[in-house]
Amino acid sequence: MAAETERDAVTGRETTGHEWDGIKELNNPLPTWWLYTFYASIVFAIVWSVLYPSLPWLDGVLGHSERRSIVATMNKAAAEQRPYVDRILKTSLDEIRVDPDLLTFARTGGRIAFNNNCVPCHQAGGAGTRGYPSLADDDWLWGGTLAEIEQTIRFGIRTEHDKTHSSMMPRFGADSMLTSAQIDDVVEYVRSLSKSPHDAARAARGAGVYAENCVACHMEGGAGNREIGAPALNDAIWLYGGDRAAIRTSVFMARSGVMPAWQDRLDDATIKMLTLYVHGLGGGK
Amino acid sequence: MSLAAVASPIAVVRPRTDEALLDNVTRAFVIAICFWGVVAFVAGVYIALQLAFPALNLGLEWTTFGRLRPVHTSAAIFAFGGNAMLGTSFHVVQRTCRARLFGGAPVAWFIFWGYQFFIVMAALSYVLGVTQSKEYAEPEWYLDLFLAVIWVTYLVAFMGSLIKRREPHIYVANWFYLAFIITVAMLHIVNNLSVPVSLAGAKSYTLFAGVQDAMTQWWYGHNAVGFFLTAGFLGMMYYFIPKAAGRPVYSYRLSIIHFWSLIFLYIWAGPHHLHYTALPDWAQTLGMVFSIMLWMPSWGGMINGVMTLSGAWDKLRTDPSLRFSVTAVGFYGMSTFEGPMMSVKQVNALSHYTDWTIGHVHSGALGWNALVTFGAVYFLVPVLWGKKALWSTRLASWHFWIATIGIVLYITAMWVSGIMQGLMWRAYDALGFLQYSFVETVEAMRPFYIIRALGGLCFLSGALLMVYNLWRTATSAEPEPQSAVPSGPAVAHAAQ
Repeated sequence: MAAETERDAVTGRETTGHEWDGIKELNNPLPTWWLYTFYASIVFAIVWSVLYPSLPWLDGVLGHSERRSIVATMNKAAAEQRPYVDRILKTSLDEIRVDPDLLTFARTGGRIAFNNNCVPCHQAGGAGTRGYPSLADDDWLWGGTLAEIEQTIRFGIRTEHDKTHSSMMPRFGADSMLTSAQIDDVVEYVRSLSKSPHDAARAARGAGVYAENCVACHMEGGAGNREIGAPALNDAIWLYGGDRAAIRTSVFMARSGVMPAWQDRLDDATIKMLTLYVHGLGGGK
Repeated sequence: MSLAAVASPIAVVRPRTDEALLDNVTRAFVIAICFWGVVAFVAGVYIALQLAFPALNLGLEWTTFGRLRPVHTSAAIFAFGGNAMLGTSFHVVQRTCRARLFGGAPVAWFIFWGYQFFIVMAALSYVLGVTQSKEYAEPEWYLDLFLAVIWVTYLVAFMGSLIKRREPHIYVANWFYLAFIITVAMLHIVNNLSVPVSLAGAKSYTLFAGVQDAMTQWWYGHNAVGFFLTAGFLGMMYYFIPKAAGRPVYSYRLSIIHFWSLIFLYIWAGPHHLHYTALPDWAQTLGMVFSIMLWMPSWGGMINGVMTLSGAWDKLRTDPSLRFSVTAVGFYGMSTFEGPMMSVKQVNALSHYTDWTIGHVHSGALGWNALVTFGAVYFLVPVLWGKKALWSTRLASWHFWIATIGIVLYITAMWVSGIMQGLMWRAYDALGFLQYSFVETVEAMRPFYIIRALGGLCFLSGALLMVYNLWRTATSAEPEPQSAVPSGPAVAHAAQ
């Protein structure tokens, strides 16, 4: 059923004669610019499909391949860095350190590797945060020479690797090695080592507990021992906090932070560059 | 005016349908649109703030960004947008077919409550961490099955109404609604094919693996945009703009050509979501060229929407409903140009995975889908509740400007942030190292995250004004004077 078409008073166009709920339609032609732009987009699509792969078994006239293209780009970038990277690989850390040209390259590469891999724990600039040591001071847990830093990066802390840094502080409270009172005493003594406010009487009693249980690793006066990763207790730098509750938890439960062995994830040159970058953050020995 | 002059006599001579149209379920849908809209916008503002202020994750698993983000997207697309589609399609199909909804009240209410139940269950499951990890298709198999039943019922109700129509032709709005319903059914069922681990457990594994899974997912994901957020909403546009403008649709021929070209081309464009991935080159090329060809078919809807106003432009000053709908069409035109442009591989190399994509999505979702829905509900509430006009045109005007400013803040912040992010990712220094690390890009984007949250806050505030305005309209004591019905039979049915 085709109803009567009418002429729209405003535009002078005819309607189609349809009507739904008061809605009618004008019989305007397709806008010319619209139609030709549509045609043009179809032509573009056809041309593009001929130039680029658009069928599973055809490469396209330009012979473009995403995989080949990315490999070529990566190879080109690697080739540009190759002279420097080769020198980094061949030169010892100590020699790079005194070669300004090579050191600039290494620290630039180390910075981006550090920011993309290490910052989530060690924070921007290696500032550190609770549980993750600062790398910008000279208070090293496992040593701050170039060789020591490289070993730490390569093999990590408490990983499964043979050369990893590993130490295990006993859980003095959880394993009932010390009584609750003894732990409170030794906490006061530990606080006294860094001249923090403490209860002198308890600290005096704690000195005996320390001498029997702690001194072997943390050394006389809390000087610490980097050989076995026993932190210094006399410098008021606390990895897990220096308030009584935090120290008590450290004695009671012991802490054992971990760090991945990066040699499984980063190439040799990157690890060397990282080492030099970390060494240069402020605390390198 | 001219249309009213020619339309009214015809309306009078046509036989009225003898059955009352089902308007109470449409009223319920309008309430659901308002409710879920506010939920979606609140969730959006909150997760936007989480990105700028991570402490707002609250350290609780249920309130982390990862769990609340699908609550936001599903609330916006499926709860707010979905109720808008269901509600307006029931309204439109009954009026343009002059037929009561097929299946009557029981079927309509089953669809309504079934859909609301699905939304609530889906949101709960996201918060509790139950998800199949497919973007925009997060609900697990048991909810997917439930939704499939609801959706097929919806298809039957809609199709049945078309079949029993008392008009010789099917109106263009209904083509779009029907394409939306059929295609979403197909997309939903295929993309969610999976094998449950057990019938008593929520967990399932998808039927597809690897790149085939990715391809199926983005065939679904892209056409959720194409058919849920484009075709369905074009149906809405094709009814409410001519109704509010009181003008005939600009071009019947354009509506035919752009409908069929849109439907045919959209379904192939999904691979542009997988540029520079393991997807084979040829599939990426096809995704790109079909997206380019989609540009004009998309714009056909914009032309028909905007040109329908010729002769009625003055109404933009006085009719808030029309102002929302027409601005929505403008945003639609902008994002359907931006989309094909971003699908070009060279552009995509910069834009992919950046905030630019988020900005693009929101220029569509806020600018097009939400504004056209606001336009529709501002039109519908006086009609469905039998009132002369909105309680406050002034308040609707405030809503319009606050929402528009919010959208502009949102999308410009995301353009700047996204393009900056893309440029920072690809920047190399003179020695051949990356110039910026990931965390530096995040730091640089933070000011824009805050601007984006402000934009979202504007949009939310506007929506709250709307809800208040609509509530006052629906509850105002002033009934519609029967003698001043502007457009014939539609309003008369509503009053029955």
